[in-house]
Formats: sequence, structure tokens, C-alpha cells
Amino acid sequence: MLKDEDRIFQNLYNDKGSDVESSKERGDWTNTKDLIDKGRDWIITEVKASELRGRGGAGFPTGLKWSFAPKELGSRPHYLVINGDESEPGTCKDRDILRFEPHKLIEGCLIAAYAVQAHVCYIYIRGEYFIDGEKLQTAIDEAYEKNLIGKNASGTGWDLDIYIHYGAGAYICGEETALLESIEGKKGQPRLKPPFPALIGLYGCPTIINNVETIAVIPTILRRGGKWFASLGKAKNTGTKIFCISGNVNNPCNVEEEMSISLKELIEVHAGGVIGGWDNLQAVIPGGSSMPLIPQKTCETLTMDFDSLMAEKSGLGTAGIVVINKDQDIIKCMARIARFYKHESCGQCTPCREGTGWMWRMLERMSKGEASRDEVDMLGDVTNQIAGHTICAFGEGSSWPVQGLLRHFKKEIEDRNNLNPTIKKEKNIPYLVDQHLLDKKNA
Amino acid sequence: MSLRRPSKEQPENFEFNAASLEAAKVIIEKYPKDKQQSAVMALLYIAQKQNSNWIPLAAMKCIGKFLDMPYIKIYEVATFYTMYNLAPVGKYFIQVCTTTPCMIRGAYKVVEACKEKISENENELSKDQSCSWMEVECLGACVNAPMMQVNDDYYEDLDKENTLKILDKILGGEIPKPGSYRGRKNNEPENNRKTLMDLKNA
Repeated sequence: MLKDEDRIFQNLYNDKGSDVESSKERGDWTNTKDLIDKGRDWIITEVKASELRGRGGAGFPTGLKWSFAPKELGSRPHYLVINGDESEPGTCKDRDILRFEPHKLIEGCLIAAYAVQAHVCYIYIRGEYFIDGEKLQTAIDEAYEKNLIGKNASGTGWDLDIYIHYGAGAYICGEETALLESIEGKKGQPRLKPPFPALIGLYGCPTIINNVETIAVIPTILRRGGKWFASLGKAKNTGTKIFCISGNVNNPCNVEEEMSISLKELIEVHAGGVIGGWDNLQAVIPGGSSMPLIPQKTCETLTMDFDSLMAEKSGLGTAGIVVINKDQDIIKCMARIARFYKHESCGQCTPCREGTGWMWRMLERMSKGEASRDEVDMLGDVTNQIAGHTICAFGEGSSWPVQGLLRHFKKEIEDRNNLNPTIKKEKNIPYLVDQHLLDKKNA
Repeated sequence: MSLRRPSKEQPENFEFNAASLEAAKVIIEKYPKDKQQSAVMALLYIAQKQNSNWIPLAAMKCIGKFLDMPYIKIYEVATFYTMYNLAPVGKYFIQVCTTTPCMIRGAYKVVEACKEKISENENELSKDQSCSWMEVECLGACVNAPMMQVNDDYYEDLDKENTLKILDKILGGEIPKPGSYRGRKNNEPENNRKTLMDLKNA
């Protein structure tokens, strides 16, 4: 288990209060000026040395991302955008940072903005987190008042303004280019890449977009050194991470732990074990709903980091662990996730707009035992038609969980639907039904 | 994609009141000079708040004039994002999360409670016209599942019994205390905390 002094988010459970004074006691804002005086190159080198990978899901190296920002400030201003649109089912880590450790985030914003030469920072928060956003706004006001940000922020000579922009219930706005569209006051439909936002982003200006957790760990990394951060976890998967453990466990919780911790330890030690005991475990979704599930036999030895989960054909994603025990109907669980993706598809690319609905309806039928013989293969086919054929990663995100289900629980589907080839039973159910007929009246 | 239809009954006019205008001006200041279009989402919230929790078409037109934007652009935004209510909802608007992490911890019991206390169907006003409820997708409080949101507040760690109690209070015009209903502190592991104990006991 990670030592308490190595935990970055000391106030994760709000034992001490989130105001500026108690944050200072925890070490925030103590020597921000010294850190910034060491210069842009030092900051970026140190972040690169820490091998910090983005905490929003994709795991892109943060230092590398920052180095993509143009070195010279041209005629267009640079922007820093913080992604707090946390909507991935199973994930609730950013909310705790916004409400309990806002000063870590704000200080991180100042350092990151200096590193990428931005004078304006937008923090995009999902609309449902209005109360948590208010708490962040209070913290921002405090920081302005103490001149920690604003003109000549913290005495560094750098000007920084931080604004909150609220989303309004669209999961897709967590995709970075959709998020930019949303800040620009349009509907959140992702843009084609390239051009990447680092060159052409918000209002056509160079923009660096980072997750809340990524930015909030930056000040601590710089204070304690990139080497310290890199010494935790294992190579290329370094540092600490907030894991959200939800679902059928005795004590669902958020906990900050070392990267590469074993899944069993997380569940048994921190979350109080699976309801009904470890043997009652059916499957685990390791990184938010878009990551393929992992069956029980693999859970035994699994370690939680980007690369080892990739080897299991899944991913760390946002580290939102959903534990599903044997009391649950796994097909129904996945059908509900498919409904989520059907609801949240932005409608821009046809494979995703239509395909998410197909997957949902097929899975609903499979969970009721009404699927026809060829539908199981057809479902796999549909997922392949979506993944990789859309503008953004939503296509992958929506089809991977279904592929995971087919990979590990195909037998359950076949059993429930009496698809044993020795039993001849024809069912005639059209899989292409007009979506409007099935939708709720005033959804 | 969710289907969203504006209400059939629409008021003729909509104007921002003084407080809303003040708030709108503060919002526009946040964005660069010729980019006031960015304020559209926040202004829709302001209109929604002013107009008892829903946005009529007249409000979209009003915002269009205010921001110098074509009406259709506002309409596009208002129909895209699900938190803008395009038809009247209750003064207390209850959203129950039923996505998988909540579902496997019994979110449909909370839905049952809403059906018993408020109305049989989603988006239908209760008898006293003060409440309505709907199922929504993940609200991002998965370790506190099942949960629901009443206007801006989160009610967490629910079961059917305490949901019924909460709804009774709301129907009686009282706003119950938000937060966990199993008495735990925020997101900590209940009775099983192993980390940062020095801070907890300090």
C-alpha cells in the first residue's frame, strides 16, 4: 500500500477543508514563484522525467503534449483548457478534486499556463457538477484575492485569468475537440484531427487540453521532483492515481494508490471485498464503461496500469473500476451501457449514430433471450463496423464493451437464447427498426 | 441520440429580467471580445432558471438577439444538450441515474419510489404540480450509487426507503439535506478506511 506521505491528494475525503489557508498548510502555493522562475524548459523536462501520462483516459504523455505548443508566442494567443467533463460511467475522481482540492488544480493551471504560454485558462465542468463548480469558483475568487492568479500571478510576472465554463449534459464534450466546440458556443460535435488543437484549437488558436487530475498533480511533481513520481509504479506507468471502485463491493470508494497496484488488493483492502466474497465475482470493468470487461479468472493476477491492461485487450481508461458480481445479469449490464452510448452519440458520423442503437436493441433482445441465431455474429460485425470508422474515439468507446462481452461471455448469450445448433428454432425479428418508434416519448 | 422536442404550448414573449441581464453581462466578460457566442450555454441556463426550469422558444430568440447570433444556432445548442429542458418540468426536478454502476446497486428501486410518490411516467408533473422526475445517464457519483439529483443537489447512497422519505419532504415543500444517506463522509470507504488516518483522527 502506498505510504500516506506519498499521497498527492491529502484532502481527498475532505478531512481538513478546501479553503486557501488549509490548502497552504498542505503545501499548496508555498513556492510557486520559485518553480516558475526555473523556467519553461525546466518545467517541461521535469514533467517529461516524471513520465506522467494523461489521466483523462487516453494516457498520452503530458510533457510531450506540452512540448507541442508553439515555442514562440505568435499573433494568436495560446489557451489552456482543463477538461472536467467527467461523464464516463464508473468515474467520479475529478469531482473530488474540484470540491476538495481546488487549489491544487488552480496552482497546476498557473504552472501549466506558464509552460505553454497561455494567459487565459478555461475549466470545462459538466453541468451536473454545479455545486462542485461553485466550490471551485470560491477557490478561484480566493486565489484572485490573494493575487495567486490574475495580474502578475504569485509575483511571477505572468498574467493568468481562469474561467469556468459549464457543460450541459453531453458526454461527448469530454472529447477534446467537442469540448472546444462547446466552449465556442456550438453543439459538441468533435472536429477532424489533424489539425491538432495544439496548433489550431479554441477560436483557431493553439490550445493545450488536459484532464483535471493531470493538472492537479503537476505542482506536487515539480516540488518533489519528476524522479520521485517516476519511482512510483513501474516504467512508463508511473506515479499515483485516484481509483474509483464502484459496483458490487462492500465499501465503494475513491482511493489514491500507486499505479500498477493489483486489482485484487484494491478491491479486497480498500473496497472491503466483493459482495458475497471473491468467488462471487463475475467480471470487472477496469477503466470506465468504454473499456472491455475482464472476467474473474484474469482478475486474480491483474495489475492496474495502462500497459498491463492493454495486454489483456482492455485499458486503464479513467481508472473507474466497476465490480459486477454473480448476482447481476452481465448481458443486461452491458445492454444498459449500450443504451448509454446510444443516448450520448452526438449523431455526426453514421456508423456511430445508427450502430449504437443497433447494439443496444440487439443486446436488449439477447438479455431477454429473444435473439435470433445469426444475431450474435452480427453484433460482433456491427461493433467492427463502428470502431475505427468515426471521427472521434466514441466509436471505439461504444463498441469495445460489447466486444468484451462477446469475447468473454459469448456462451452465456448463446445459452440464454437457445442458440444451440442442435435445436432448430426460427425467430423472425427485424434488427433494423426505426429508432423513433422505440424511443421514449419526450426523452 | 436522444430525441428532444420543444413543448407544444409556448409563451409569446420572453425578456431577461434585471438580475438575469446582470448575470449575462458578467458571463460575456469571460470570453474574448468578438466571441460572445461562447456565452450561449450559460445564457440558456440563466433563461432556464428565470423561466421556472424550462426554456421556451421565445427565450432562444431573445438570446439570439442578445448575442447577435442566428436563432437556429441557439436552437441547435438548446436541442443538443440534455440539461436544457424544452418543456415544463416541476419546480423540483428529480433526475435518477440508472446507468450500470447505479443499476447494479439498485437504482431501479429509486425509480420505483419516484413512480409511487411523484408520477407513474417520466416527465409528468406530480399531483400538486411541484415535482417531476426522469431517468438520466451517469451523473458522475458512481461510488455513491445509487443516487439522484434534485435541481442542483446530489442525494447519494440511497435505497427505496430513504428515497421515499426524501420525496415526502420535497412534496411537503421542504428541501432535505443533500449528500450521503448512509451517513458516510463523501467518498471514503465506509467503516473500512485504511488511508490518511492521521488526518481523519487529527
